[in-house]
Amino acid sequence: MEYEAVIGLEIHSELKTKTKIFCGCETSFGAEQNTHVCPVCLGLPGVLPVVNKRVVEFAIKAGIALNCTINKFSKFDRKNYYYPDLPKNFQTSQFDLPIAEHGYVDINVDGRTKRIRVTRIHMEEDAGKLVHSGNTIKDSASSNVDYNRTGVPLIEIVSEPDMRTPEEARVYMEKVKSILEYIDVSNCKMEEGNLRADVNVSLRPEGTEKLGTKAEMKNINSFKMAENALEYEIDRQREILEDGGHIVQETRTWDDNKGMTLSMRTKEQAQDYRYMPEPDLVPIITTDEQIEVLKQSLPMLPDARKTKLMEEHGLSAYDAGIITNSRAMAEYFDDIICDGADVKLAANWLMGDLSKQLHAENKDIQNSPVSAKYLGKMIKLVEKGVISSKIAKEVFGEMWKTGAEPEAIVKEKGLVQITDTAAIEKIVDTVIADNPKPVADYKGGNVKSIGFLVGQVMKASKGKANPGTVNTLLKTKLV
Amino acid sequence: MELYKKSAHDLHDLLEKKEVTAVELADAFLERIDSIDSKLHAYITKTADTAMEAAKKADKKIAAEGKIPFLTGIPGAVKDNICTLGIRTTCASKMLDNFVPPYNAAVMDKIQKENAVILGKTNMDEFAMGGSTENSAFFPTHNPHNAEYVPGGSSGGSAAAVAGGLAAWALGSDTGGSIRQPASFCGIVGLKPTYGRVSRYGLVAYASSLDQIGPLTKDVTDCANILNVITGYDEKDSTSVKASSPDYTKSLIQDVKGLRIGIPAEYFVDGMDKEVAESIHMAINDFKAMGAEIIDISLPHTKYAVAAYYLLAPAEATTNLSRYDGVSYGERVNGDDIVSMMTNTRTEKFGSEVKRRIMMGNYALSAGYYDAYYLKALKIRTLVKEDYDRAFEKVDVILTPTAPTTAFKIGSMINDPLQMYLQDACTVPLNLAGLPGISLPCGVSSSGLPIGMQIIGKPLDEEGIIKAAYTYEQSKGFYKNIAEVTE
Repeated sequence: MEYEAVIGLEIHSELKTKTKIFCGCETSFGAEQNTHVCPVCLGLPGVLPVVNKRVVEFAIKAGIALNCTINKFSKFDRKNYYYPDLPKNFQTSQFDLPIAEHGYVDINVDGRTKRIRVTRIHMEEDAGKLVHSGNTIKDSASSNVDYNRTGVPLIEIVSEPDMRTPEEARVYMEKVKSILEYIDVSNCKMEEGNLRADVNVSLRPEGTEKLGTKAEMKNINSFKMAENALEYEIDRQREILEDGGHIVQETRTWDDNKGMTLSMRTKEQAQDYRYMPEPDLVPIITTDEQIEVLKQSLPMLPDARKTKLMEEHGLSAYDAGIITNSRAMAEYFDDIICDGADVKLAANWLMGDLSKQLHAENKDIQNSPVSAKYLGKMIKLVEKGVISSKIAKEVFGEMWKTGAEPEAIVKEKGLVQITDTAAIEKIVDTVIADNPKPVADYKGGNVKSIGFLVGQVMKASKGKANPGTVNTLLKTKLV
Repeated sequence: MELYKKSAHDLHDLLEKKEVTAVELADAFLERIDSIDSKLHAYITKTADTAMEAAKKADKKIAAEGKIPFLTGIPGAVKDNICTLGIRTTCASKMLDNFVPPYNAAVMDKIQKENAVILGKTNMDEFAMGGSTENSAFFPTHNPHNAEYVPGGSSGGSAAAVAGGLAAWALGSDTGGSIRQPASFCGIVGLKPTYGRVSRYGLVAYASSLDQIGPLTKDVTDCANILNVITGYDEKDSTSVKASSPDYTKSLIQDVKGLRIGIPAEYFVDGMDKEVAESIHMAINDFKAMGAEIIDISLPHTKYAVAAYYLLAPAEATTNLSRYDGVSYGERVNGDDIVSMMTNTRTEKFGSEVKRRIMMGNYALSAGYYDAYYLKALKIRTLVKEDYDRAFEKVDVILTPTAPTTAFKIGSMINDPLQMYLQDACTVPLNLAGLPGISLPCGVSSSGLPIGMQIIGKPLDEEGIIKAAYTYEQSKGFYKNIAEVTE
């Protein structure tokens, strides 16, 4: 029997507000332990939470961007469970009236567009961080708690179980990340835990509707990890089913080192969260006007931007998809071409040399040493024939190192392309004279050997000779 | 007359006329505490040193300014669930035996801005759970009128301090009657403001949607003056009301002509003391004689209020009290691992009534029971509120007993929690509806114990109940009936 996987995701994203969700403490990452704390986020007796309005705005923006309905009457609830990283031993979250519901995200897999429904988006507070003396809380002589993260605002984006393959799940995660970055509500730095996912998966015989028993995997914090964990889990469940066994509903954890999922707790051991309306906070009332203002404040989203690049600039779906995947990249691209640089060349430089270099040095495009404006100027120098594509690489390298203007580099280093046919002819003649063997080969019918000769001319001209002219001249002279 | 017997407004006048100094006042009250508190046990923590400092500061202010705010230099007491910066705040629980808040409750800031003199933190039922102050983890407080009797609760320490002359005024908190019932038992005035009138910031939560801070005073004039100090919108309390606070002393006028007073039959419950019922009926007649219109009303869902309260309040309490786990503050009892540490801490440091309510609350919220208990109780809460809404279409205020009985003997009900809960029958419905209510003395029983009546107002109409209470108080004068406690 063939089985089909049914996958749903709960994505937790930290919001990039300056202060925490219920107090005025800073949210910035990497501060000294327990310095971003106050009586409210420490859950001391008698203190009260006050909702950070920006958190609500950011959540609504996310709701709009993920095509949700914004609930005009929304409230917070207490989710009760004991854990030492949670100072109140309840998490202030949202239960039955989340801020946004009934949305969707369109993803592209294998050239096909698929709609993944978003069940809901709710707001909640993050927990603190435990630092154990051993590996886990159970085998440690002592554990310390860092409360800096306690109360950092989160949104949880819950999808319908609409994904069927690990790849779809990964692409969905990437798409959600991309949208959250575009609307500037989250830093989405996975290495800092800004974005984490709980992944649900079950199997059912292909062609049937009834959902199988699911397993949940907690705290997946990279796309690759999500894909690997799902692949492993689907295989594990398939083997059990093929052997005639039953899947146990449980929470599992992905061990990235071992490359396998391990059972954490079964349904019987599951927590009863005893949700209760948060009595210290009043309901959140949102008006149509507020929603409209936030809607107007949103930038063009990745899908719209991609379409624009394809329709207005004739880029391929593939190129447009890559460029618009991140807002920073899309904006960089716009800045390259805004003064008239060739669109195709711009795309190639952006996706090629620049991306490679950024990746090699682990830099964000926002911190690129080569500005988009200068890259645009450099591309125009190539278009005008002032420099060859080969020289352009050298100019780019210099721009990367010094951040200087391309014209200045070209001038200073004397890299202007030699287009003067007489000057090139001189070099061509010398090369023909110095290389009788390849010349003979070419004349004898080995057309490939002209490549060697072109290379020698370029070398002799220090790369400045116009390659087109060199080719033409060689061919003329070797007839 | 000894200074400790005087009302806060009398003391205020003496200070302003410079007939007495704040230091002399503080001395008089501290002396009174020294001689009497070993008998009453009204205080958990006495703050003589900081009180004297504050008194000296107040005297400087009086010398410099002449005209002073109401509470300047006036010695008072604060219930021990209201956080006081740098002063131990225990909630009468072993759990918080060592807890010193690094912040003030919003009301403390307001009070200290006036240079009031705080004598100490008063005893209470642990985490405000109880109606007798016997649930204090430290010791019970005794009723100043008869030391064999409870002072009521949970603000029993505050009520006993004011009634016994151990403080000129006090703050309490009221979740189901915890200001009004002890005021009634101790023969003083206690007011629970409309939910949201007074900031709850810094009040250690028992049941957040029901808790309110309010004054316990010798008379209605003091009550109005202190309400002026503590009310007002607070951005740190999202549930605080944005409405501006009136000057409540403007309601200190004798005028009940044409006032429509509702008398709900449901509040004269089975098992009510005959003497209590008689006193209330006499008070009703007094109001009638003064020109008020007496109207019989019905609040049909009253009988479900206690049951609903004892689901909702414990449900909120169970989550509010989850934070006491020994991890980062308060007491800790070690264990082999984190779970046993938390379990040992909560097992040893919570008292039995607190544990009972935690269990009831968890039961009411747990999967499969939520709809039957918690949700149903919420519906009753709405019905109780609607009862009042309908009644207030016909009447201006509602008059009831504060409690079905006078104070009872220490130990007489401690093993019968259900009987104890029924003590709250007349006070709990106001908390469910968020309404203001005042308790004031209206008689004395044959055994010499005070009897209190409750006047309930419309939402945010503290003025209405203060005016009615003041009119009655001025004509009947029960407030002069201060207990005489001797060593």
